Amino acid sequence: MSTKEIWVFAEQRDGKMESVVYELLSKGTELAAKSGFTLAAVVLSENGAPFAQELFNYGAKKVYTLDAPQFAYYQNDYYSAAFCKAVRDLQPEITLFGATTIGRSFAPTVASILHTGLTADCTQLDFDTENGILLQTRPAFGGNIMATITCPNHRPQMSTVRANVFRKNRISDNETGEIVSLPVDLSGVPCRMKRLSEVREGGADVNLAEAKIIVSGGRGLGAPEKFDLIRELAKELGAGVGASRATVDAGWISHLHQVGQTGKTVCPKLYIAVGISGAIQHLAGMQSSDTIVAINKDGTAPIFEVADIGIVGDLNEVVPELIRQIKARKA
Amino acid sequence: MKIVVCIKQVPDSDKVTIDRTTNRLNRTGVPAIMNPFDENALEMALKLKDKHGAEVTVVTMGPPQAEQVIRDSIAVGADNGILISGREFGGADTWATGYTISLAIQKLGPVDLVLFGKQATDGDTAQVGPGIANNLDIPVLTYAKSVEVVDDKTFKVVRTTEDGYEEWEIQRPCALTVVKEAGELRLANLRLKMKAKKAEIPMWGVAELNPDPELIGLKGSPTRVTKVFAPPVKSNREVLQGTAAEQASQLIERLSARQLI
Repeated sequence: MSTKEIWVFAEQRDGKMESVVYELLSKGTELAAKSGFTLAAVVLSENGAPFAQELFNYGAKKVYTLDAPQFAYYQNDYYSAAFCKAVRDLQPEITLFGATTIGRSFAPTVASILHTGLTADCTQLDFDTENGILLQTRPAFGGNIMATITCPNHRPQMSTVRANVFRKNRISDNETGEIVSLPVDLSGVPCRMKRLSEVREGGADVNLAEAKIIVSGGRGLGAPEKFDLIRELAKELGAGVGASRATVDAGWISHLHQVGQTGKTVCPKLYIAVGISGAIQHLAGMQSSDTIVAINKDGTAPIFEVADIGIVGDLNEVVPELIRQIKARKA
Repeated sequence: MKIVVCIKQVPDSDKVTIDRTTNRLNRTGVPAIMNPFDENALEMALKLKDKHGAEVTVVTMGPPQAEQVIRDSIAVGADNGILISGREFGGADTWATGYTISLAIQKLGPVDLVLFGKQATDGDTAQVGPGIANNLDIPVLTYAKSVEVVDDKTFKVVRTTEDGYEEWEIQRPCALTVVKEAGELRLANLRLKMKAKKAEIPMWGVAELNPDPELIGLKGSPTRVTKVFAPPVKSNREVLQGTAAEQASQLIERLSARQLI
C-alpha cells in the first residue's frame, strides 16, 4: 500500500462535526481508489478520538487527532501552526477542506504558509492517473464558465468544496481504521487574537450553506409580508429561506437570507425560486443547486434558463396550492 | 493610525450577459468597477479615519487602467494609493498575487490595519487576504463586519459566521476581510473628486518591488488552469402547464419522483 495520503480536514464546530466533512470523505474514498492513496481525516479539537468512529464509517482509513485546549474553537494561528506542522511531517498529496467560513479562512492561510496551490469552491474533483495529479473543477465568472485547475509541482494539492456538492456515503456502522494521535506543541505560537463571544442567530432556516432544500423569494413577491408565504412553504418542506438582493436591499428580510454573489453561495439538492427574475448576481449564488424550480409570472425571466422545472404563473395562486397539496399529502 | 485597503478592479457582474448560443460571457463593453466587497472594506477604513484620524492608503494590482479604482477611492476620502502593475505580474494566481501585494505593503512601512473585501466577484476565491496576512506575519480575521479601537495595541472585531456572529479581540497590526454589513461606501464629494483627478498615482513594478522573479506572475503561481469549458447544459428542462392547482400537483409529482420531497 502506498504511504501517500489524501487528507480531509475534519472540521468540528463546538464539538459537532460539519456534514461537509462526511461528503468530502465519500469523494475522498473515490479518489483514494483511483490514486492508490490512503484516505485520512484530521481532527483539531480538545479531544478528537470520539469523532473517529463516524469518520471511519464514511471511509477514512486513518484519523489523525491533534488535541489541545487551544482548539476549543477555530483560532487561525493555532490551527494553522499545528496543521502545517503535520503536513510537513507527513507530506500528504492532497488536502480537502469544506468551503465553510472556517474552511475558507483556514485553507488560504495553510496554502500561503506551505507555498502551494489552493482551488476554492470545487464542484468536481477527479484524479488524473496518468500524471498523478488532482483535477479540480470550479465555476468561474459567476458560474458561467467552468475551469479545471491543477497544482502540478507543489504539494499538497489543496481544494475547498461547498456543502452539498458531493453525496455522503456512509459505508456501515462499524468501519475500522487507525487512530493516530499527533503531538501538538503551541508553545512557540503567540496568542494574537481571541474569541470573546459567539452568537448564533435565528432559526434553522438561516443556515443556508447546509440546507438540503431552499425556498427563496424575490421582488416578484410584491410586498414584505409575502415572505410569510415563502416561510410557510419552507416550513412544510423543512427548507431554509433564501432571498434575492433586491428584497434584502428593500429591507423585506434580513441579509442573513441573501443568496447571490454578494450574499451566500448555496448548492442545495432543491432550490425553489419564487418571484425571482434571475439576475446574474443571483444565479451565481445558486445555479450549482441539484434541481432548480422557478415560479414566476414572466415566462421570459432569465431564471427559467437555469431551471429544471418552470412554472409560469401567479405565485399568489401557485404557492398556496403547493402548501395545501403538500399538507394534504402528509395527512 | 495607518490603514491599507487592498482593492481589485473587476468586471461589473450586473452588466455581464451570457451569449446563450456559445454559453460564454459577453464581456465587451462591460464596465470595470471596484470590487463591491472592497467598497465595504474602504468604508470601514474611512469610518475609522472619521473617528480616530488615519492615513488611508489604497493598493491595487492590475493593468494601468486599474488606476481608476484608486482615484475613485481618493474621491471618497482615501489619502493616497499605489498601483502595482507590470507584465511580469501577469497570470498570477492567488499565491503569487498575495506575494506581490505583500511586497508593496512592506514597502509602505509599518501599518496598523490591512483591509480586504471578503472576496472578489470575478474569482470568488477569498484567498488573497489571508495569504497576505500570513506573508506579513500578522493575524487575520475573515468576514468582519465592524472594528473598534480598544487601545493602541488592540482592536475589537465582530465577524459573521454561517448562522450568527462572533466578537473577537485582535492584536494590532492585523488584517481583516470585510463583509457587506460593514456598510455601503459613501458618495464622492466635489472637493475630493477634484483632488482625485489631480492625484499623482505612483506605479510600482518589478524595479520598485524587487521581487524574487521565481515567485511572481504565472511562473510564481502553483496553480494552472488546464481547461476552460461551458457548464453542462441542463437536459430535461420542462415548463409545467395548466391551472395553479395542476401546476402544483405536477411539481409535487416531479419532486417526489426525484426523491426530493
